[in-house]
Amino acid sequence: MDVVTLSQLQFAATCMFHWIFVPLTLGLSIMTAWMETKYVTTGDETWLRMTKFWGKLFLINFALGVVTGITMEFQFGLNWAEYSRYVGDIFGAPLAMEATITFFLESVFIGVWIFGWKKISKKVHALSIWLAAIATNLSALFILLANAWMQKPVGYVIRNGRAEMTDFMAVLTNPYGWIKFSHTLMSGYALAAFVIMGVSAWHLLRANEIEFFKRSFRMAAVWAFVASMIVAMTGDFHAVEIAKVQPSKFAAMESIWETKRNAGMCLLVIPDSNNECNAVEKLTIPGMLSFMAFHDTNGEIKGLKEFPKELRPPVTPIFLSFRMMVGLGTFMIFASLIGIILSRRDNFVEKRAFLLLMVLAIPAPYLAQQLGWIVAELGRQPWIVYGVMKTSDAVSKSVTATQVALSLLGFTVLYGILGAIDIYLLFKYAKKGPDKDLSNIIDMKGRA
Amino acid sequence: MDISIFQITWFVLWSVLWAVYFMLDGFVLGTGFLSTFIAKNDTEKRVLINAIGPVWDGNEVWLLTAGGATFAAFPTTYALMFSNLYSALILLLFSLIVRGVSFEFRGKLDGATWKGTWDKAILVSSFLPALLLGVAFGNIFSGIPMRNDFTTLQFTYEGSLIGLLNPYGLVTGVLFVLLFAVHGSLYISLKTVGDLKDRATAMANRLWPALLIVAVVFLGYTWPATKLYDNFFKTPALLIVPVIAVVSLLLVKVFAGRNETGKAFIFSCLTILFVVFTGVTGLFPNLLPSNLDAASNLTIFNSSSSLLTLKIMTAVALIMVPIVICYKIWVYRIFRARVTEEDVLGDPGAY
Ligand code: HDD
Ligand code: HEM
Ligand code: HEM
Repeated sequence: MDVVTLSQLQFAATCMFHWIFVPLTLGLSIMTAWMETKYVTTGDETWLRMTKFWGKLFLINFALGVVTGITMEFQFGLNWAEYSRYVGDIFGAPLAMEATITFFLESVFIGVWIFGWKKISKKVHALSIWLAAIATNLSALFILLANAWMQKPVGYVIRNGRAEMTDFMAVLTNPYGWIKFSHTLMSGYALAAFVIMGVSAWHLLRANEIEFFKRSFRMAAVWAFVASMIVAMTGDFHAVEIAKVQPSKFAAMESIWETKRNAGMCLLVIPDSNNECNAVEKLTIPGMLSFMAFHDTNGEIKGLKEFPKELRPPVTPIFLSFRMMVGLGTFMIFASLIGIILSRRDNFVEKRAFLLLMVLAIPAPYLAQQLGWIVAELGRQPWIVYGVMKTSDAVSKSVTATQVALSLLGFTVLYGILGAIDIYLLFKYAKKGPDKDLSNIIDMKGRA
Repeated sequence: MDISIFQITWFVLWSVLWAVYFMLDGFVLGTGFLSTFIAKNDTEKRVLINAIGPVWDGNEVWLLTAGGATFAAFPTTYALMFSNLYSALILLLFSLIVRGVSFEFRGKLDGATWKGTWDKAILVSSFLPALLLGVAFGNIFSGIPMRNDFTTLQFTYEGSLIGLLNPYGLVTGVLFVLLFAVHGSLYISLKTVGDLKDRATAMANRLWPALLIVAVVFLGYTWPATKLYDNFFKTPALLIVPVIAVVSLLLVKVFAGRNETGKAFIFSCLTILFVVFTGVTGLFPNLLPSNLDAASNLTIFNSSSSLLTLKIMTAVALIMVPIVICYKIWVYRIFRARVTEEDVLGDPGAY
């Protein structure tokens, strides 16, 4: 394999691995902060035990989020040197801001939170998890603004043999970035809420700590429902924006070959890239696609044939990923809605089939997360910066295929081992349930 | 304002970020690779890990910021430095990854094999970054074999991983290891009590002569191996920088010998800061010189961002860095107490 393919593989593998841990961090940090706030304001010890239990899972997950993030920061220079040189004037700024503004805040206050239980007052302790959680969420904003610039470059000119920034506000207010931010953040909250619901359901099935897990489940169900609704809404904004700025991605997401007005939406499609058409198109809703994309049934949807073959992204994986993401999102909305209703009833623990379903549903948001990135990133190909720079021009020139092959092997082995350990620990501590020993909690209560 | 003012500002900020990173992560790395030799049992190991527990991640972020700042302010340098030094940086990256999870994982399961494995992981993954960063900086000081043409934008690199392990690079690597070892043992003796503290102080005193010898070799070898001294000849007043480094290094021993480890630690902080400042003062205005021809040097002038980006980043840095320093000082104050065995055994949240 050549350097470009190997670097792509390595980038995708390390991103997707980072992304196993990131969404849970985004959601669980906020929810843990919420639980601790409840404890501080009500003094109810169950909230404190919840903070400790879910907080522990948060920390085990966080550890791998942090270390895999370091890879992300290094990789642009390591593997994508031409890219870094060409667009660093714009792309470097949000990354550096992410480090100075958010990573410091997050890492410092996480330390305070883990080690500060007996050293600071309750309020300051709760404040420290809020600061860490807000910083984590804000870091997502900066990195997604950077990523959105690659999807829809704004505020730049090509000058001195590279892209130079002309309008920083345009980069910071890039609509594509804000849609991405809200979609991603909310999908992270939904994921965390599904994890809480799933783990709680597992314990409820065993009649373990019923009060504790019922309360956890009830809280998470509301978060999951609201977040999933917003995910679907922002997902729709995404699609509208893409239809406008990345027509080739949109065509691939929907597998549209011919340009047409008043385009219908087919519920059953099987793309056939070789013959540049769909092998199957069934159950069409007339005008729906034009309406979804432009909120006008007469809008013109560009087909893939408008683009030369070498400028088209791979259709089948994008199309399937998009459909599956939307399907999973729909499932999540209904599942969490039913969760809200059932968990308010007294006989909730008797709904064993539903509880089992919620345990089995834990992978659903994880899968949707990964599929979302495949749509976003693979759909942008062959561009690394849409319309500005090709991925094949972006790769480091001084790096050889052997070097990348070896580092990719290293990442696979290292990430494989660490990922297995981390997931094992998450399972172990999730199954163990909350700490029965209250002495530590009593200790802390002694403080003002 | 003229762009060169911002380029110079960013050279200063770039140097400060690296220097502070080495000062802060230096004692974490040092504590990490010395823990095997200083701690005698599991509880003592845990004391050491918990002594760095609350701060290690925040300290490592200085490295991420130094990297991010290079990207934003000097993108061409970021691109060529990282891709040319690919294999060395991948090794550094793997070490940092292992080190980060070791702290978290070690205490999560019981069992001698489990803990022993992570102890070894901490040893290796703390030692390697110290060595690799030293080797990397040695090579930055002496220059790497690259040819860069800034008009045609052709950049080529003729070096290899083995080539980086040249004698000067290795001397700098050993220098960093010893600097961090002394720094780390002083930190341990500041943060612990009793026997552990005494062993750490003794370790600092024992390692110091070796550090002195390597420092002298480094300063001497820098003469034939690099062009760092040129700037000092042009502006002799700059010699104050290495003089502070040397005086601090001597004072480390004076105070460590008298068992005043607090003061010794402060001077070992200054030693590290001023060793880095000495290097970068000699380097200016280069960020990464070529040892093939001077026209290929990456300087702050030929590799920087545009004026607008530099201005924005300057504003961000001038606002954020002081804020970061304030809350970091607050946090170090919260955790200023020494870590005892009772603390570690009595806190289920401890590492
Ligand atoms: C939407 C959110 C998001 C996205 C798209 C990314 N990350 Fe990430 N990153 C996080 C959200 C996040 C986080 C949730 O804030 C993490 C996970 C665990 C943590 O400590 O923070 C994190 C950790 C993290 C760290 C470790 C920080 C520390 O030491 O505390 C670095 C250096 C990066 N990331 C860098 C990147 C880069 C360069 C990315 C782009 C290619 C990237 N991340 C994608
Ligand atoms: C912000 C900086 C980012 C850059 C510079 C970037 C760049 C790239 C590059 C160079 C590729 C390989 C090209 C290819 O596949 O043909 C890629 C693919 C991909 N990246 Fe990104 N990306 C970024 C952000 C992310 C993030 C944060 C994620 C989340 C995990 C991500 C997930 C993916 C995925 C899933 C692919 C598809 C891989 C494939 O199948 O080829 N990307 N991106
Ligand atoms: C319910 C209907 C949903 C719709 C209509 C939708 C729509 C979209 C679209 C169009 C993109 C591509 C954005 C781009 O190319 O830049 C995307 C990306 C993404 N989706 Fe969804 N999505 C939905 C559900 C979900 C769910 C349930 C999750 C996860 C829990 C999720 C997670 C993501 C992620 C992580 C990305 C990549 C980041 C981004 O580009 O925003 N989505 N989504």
